[in-house]
Amino acid sequence: MIIVRHRGIFFALTGIITALALGSLWLYGLHLGTDFTGGSLVEVSYDGMRPAAEALTHNLEDAGFKGFSLRESGTDTYILRSALLTDEQRNNLAAIFSYQAGTAHVEQLTEVGPTIGLELRNKALIALGLVLLCILLFIAFAFRKVSQPVSSWIYGLIALVTLIHDVIVPVGFFAALGYFHGAQVDTLFVTAILTVLGFSIHDTIVVFDRTRENLRINHDRNRKEDFAETAGRSLNQTFVRSINTSLTVLITLLILYFIGPASTKDFALTLLVGIIAGTYSSIFLATPLLVQVEKWRGQKKK
Amino acid sequence: MWQKRAIALVILVLGTGIGWYVYSSQQDGSRPFKLGLDLSGGTQLVYRAKLDAIKSSDVADSMSSLRETIERRVNLFGVSEPIVQTEHGGTLAGTSEERLIVELPGVTDTQKAIALIGQTPVLEFRLVKLDADKTATASSTVNELFEPAALTGKDLSSAELQFQGANGALTEPVVVIHFNAQGAKIFADLTKNNVGRAFGMFLDGVAISVPVIREPIPDGTAVISGNFTPEAAKELARNLNYGALPVPIELISTQTVSGTLGDKAVQDGLKAGLWGIGAVMLFMLLWYRLPGLLAALALTLYIVVILFIFKFLVTLTAAGIAAFILSVGMAVDANVLIFERMKEELRSGKGSDEAIQDGFSRAWPSIRDSNISSMITAIILFWFGTSLIKGFALVFGLGVLVSMLTAILVSRTFLLALGINAKGGLARFLFGSGIKA
Repeated sequence: MIIVRHRGIFFALTGIITALALGSLWLYGLHLGTDFTGGSLVEVSYDGMRPAAEALTHNLEDAGFKGFSLRESGTDTYILRSALLTDEQRNNLAAIFSYQAGTAHVEQLTEVGPTIGLELRNKALIALGLVLLCILLFIAFAFRKVSQPVSSWIYGLIALVTLIHDVIVPVGFFAALGYFHGAQVDTLFVTAILTVLGFSIHDTIVVFDRTRENLRINHDRNRKEDFAETAGRSLNQTFVRSINTSLTVLITLLILYFIGPASTKDFALTLLVGIIAGTYSSIFLATPLLVQVEKWRGQKKK
Repeated sequence: MWQKRAIALVILVLGTGIGWYVYSSQQDGSRPFKLGLDLSGGTQLVYRAKLDAIKSSDVADSMSSLRETIERRVNLFGVSEPIVQTEHGGTLAGTSEERLIVELPGVTDTQKAIALIGQTPVLEFRLVKLDADKTATASSTVNELFEPAALTGKDLSSAELQFQGANGALTEPVVVIHFNAQGAKIFADLTKNNVGRAFGMFLDGVAISVPVIREPIPDGTAVISGNFTPEAAKELARNLNYGALPVPIELISTQTVSGTLGDKAVQDGLKAGLWGIGAVMLFMLLWYRLPGLLAALALTLYIVVILFIFKFLVTLTAAGIAAFILSVGMAVDANVLIFERMKEELRSGKGSDEAIQDGFSRAWPSIRDSNISSMITAIILFWFGTSLIKGFALVFGLGVLVSMLTAILVSRTFLLALGINAKGGLARFLFGSGIKA
C-alpha cells in the first residue's frame, strides 16, 4: 500500500498543514464573539439607502456608545458589536441607526451578561475535552479484543491524535476567516468543532475496524503477515468508502453553505474544512501512524 | 422471501401514512412544526434572581413562585405560547446563580418585552434586626438593617385599594393585601413572636412602609400605607393582584430576532434541505445503482420519520435545520459502508443473495462503533448547549438513531424482498461499478 510505504511523505505533509493552521492561529488569533465575551450584538437592515459608516459612527457616539465595532454585511445590513446597552439605547435603537433616507429595522439584538459569557467559555472547553476523552475511552474499549500486535490503547491514542489534527485545521482556518472576513467564534463554531470530532472519527473507526477484522482472519487461518502489510491492505480496502461517506456529507454542507440560512454559513464552512481534514487524517495519518508505532515497539523488543 | 415482501409492503404503507400525516397536519395547522425564536421571531430574556435576602432552603420555592408569577403576567398580555423556565447556572463561571428564562415568540421589540416583565412588582417583607439601632449609620444598607422574614410575595393571594384615615375621614389611600392560607399562618406566627419589632414592607427593593408590630394579626391581612396618590395605590393593587415576585430579578441577557429574518432563515433552510436531499439521492443512485435506489427510498423514510418526530419532540432552530441537513448526508453513510462491502463480497465471487447478507453483517460493527461515537458527541453537545444548540444536538442525536434504523433495517428488507440472485454481468449492472465478474 503506497500510503503506508511512503508514510514519511504524508507525515511531513500533515506536519506542514498543522504548522500552517497553528501559524494562522498564532498570527491572527481567534476573535471571541459576543456569546463568550459578553456584550451586545445588533443587526440592522435598511429599507432605503444604507447610510455611510461615518454617519452612523457619529450617531452611535452621540448616543453614548463607546468602543464599538461597526461592520457592513450583505448589501443592506450593518452589524454592531458593543458593550451592554442601556435602557435608553435599547429603546431608541432603530432611531440611532436611521440616517436621512435610510430607515433602520432592528433584525437582531443579542445581549450577553458577563457571567453567562464566562460560563459558556468554560463549558465549551470542558465539552471539547470531554468529547476527546470519551472517544479515546470508547475506542480503547471497542478495540479491547485486538491487543496483538498493537494494544487497543494505541488505537485510541492514534484516533485522538488524528482528532486533534482535525480540530487544529478548522480552528486555524477560522482564525484566518476571522482576520479576513470578521468571523467570530460563537457557540455555533464550538458546535461545529464538536460535530467534526464526532463525525471524522467515523472514517478512522472504519479503517481500524477493517484492520481488526483482517488481524482476526490472519490469526484464525494461522497466516503470518507483516503488520504493515495487514494495515496497508485494510486501508486499501476501505478508503473508497471513507471518501464516499464524507462526500455525501460534504455535498449537504456545500448546499447548506451556498443556499442555507445566513446564520449557519460560517458553521457550514467550519464543518466543511473540519470534515475534509478528518477524511484526510483518517486515510493519510491514522493507519501510517499505527504502522509506525508498531515498528517502534517492535524495535524496542529486539 | 414472501415474508420479507410483506414486511417491505408494511413499511411502505406505514411510511406513506406517516408522510401524509406530516404533510396534512402542517397544511391544516393541527400540528405544525414548532419553531424556535430565531426562526419565528421573538425575544428571549434571561434574568438573574437576587437571592441574597432568601434562606437557601427557600430558594427552590422562591424560584418556582417567580416562574409562576412571570408566566401569569406574560399570559395576561396575550403572548402566544410563551416559555418561562428556571435554570441553575454560573457554576462554571465560579459563582452560583438562579436564572429565569423568558421566551416571548412574536414580541420583537426588546424594550417592550423588558417593560412587560418589569412591571411585575417585587414584594418583600423584612424584620428589622434586633441590634439595628446600635449598628445603624447613615450609610447602612438594607441588608445590614433588616433580616428576611419568612414571608414573601409568593404568599400573597390578593390586594385591594382602601381608604383610611384618622377620625373616620378616610382620605388616605392604602393597599390592603390578603395572604393565602399558608401566608396567613406564617404572618400570624411572625406577628405573634415579634411584637414590638419593626416590620418592613419593600416594594421593588424600596421600603414602602415600616410599621411596628403592635399585636398578633391572625386574619392574614396587612396594610401598605406609603403616602400613595389614589392612582398609584390603585395601580399597585392591580399589579399585586397579578402576582408579586418574591425576590428581585436582574436582566443579564437578551436576544431578539425579527420576524423577517426568521422567515428568511426558514425559507433558506427549506431550500437547502430539498437540494441537499436531492443531491445525496442522486449521488447514491449514480454510484450504487439498484442498492442506491433503495438507499434513496430508505432516506425518504428516514426523512418522513424524523419530521414526524420533530413535530412532537423538537423545537426547530436554524442550528437544528443545519443538523437535519447534515444528518441527511450522514444517514446514507451506513448504506455506503454496507454497499461497498456488498460489492467486495460480489467481487470475491459470491452470488448477490449471499453478498447482501454478508455485506450487512460485516459492515455492522463499524457502523455501530462510529454511530456510538456520534451519540457521545450529541449527548455532550446537548449538555453544553444554550437552547439553540440543544436543538442542534437533539436533531443530530435523533438523526443518528433513526438513520441507523432506516439505513440498515429498511434497506436490507427491501433488498431481500426484491429477491434478486444475479451473478456476473447482471450483478455488475445492478450493483454498480468495480465488479469484475
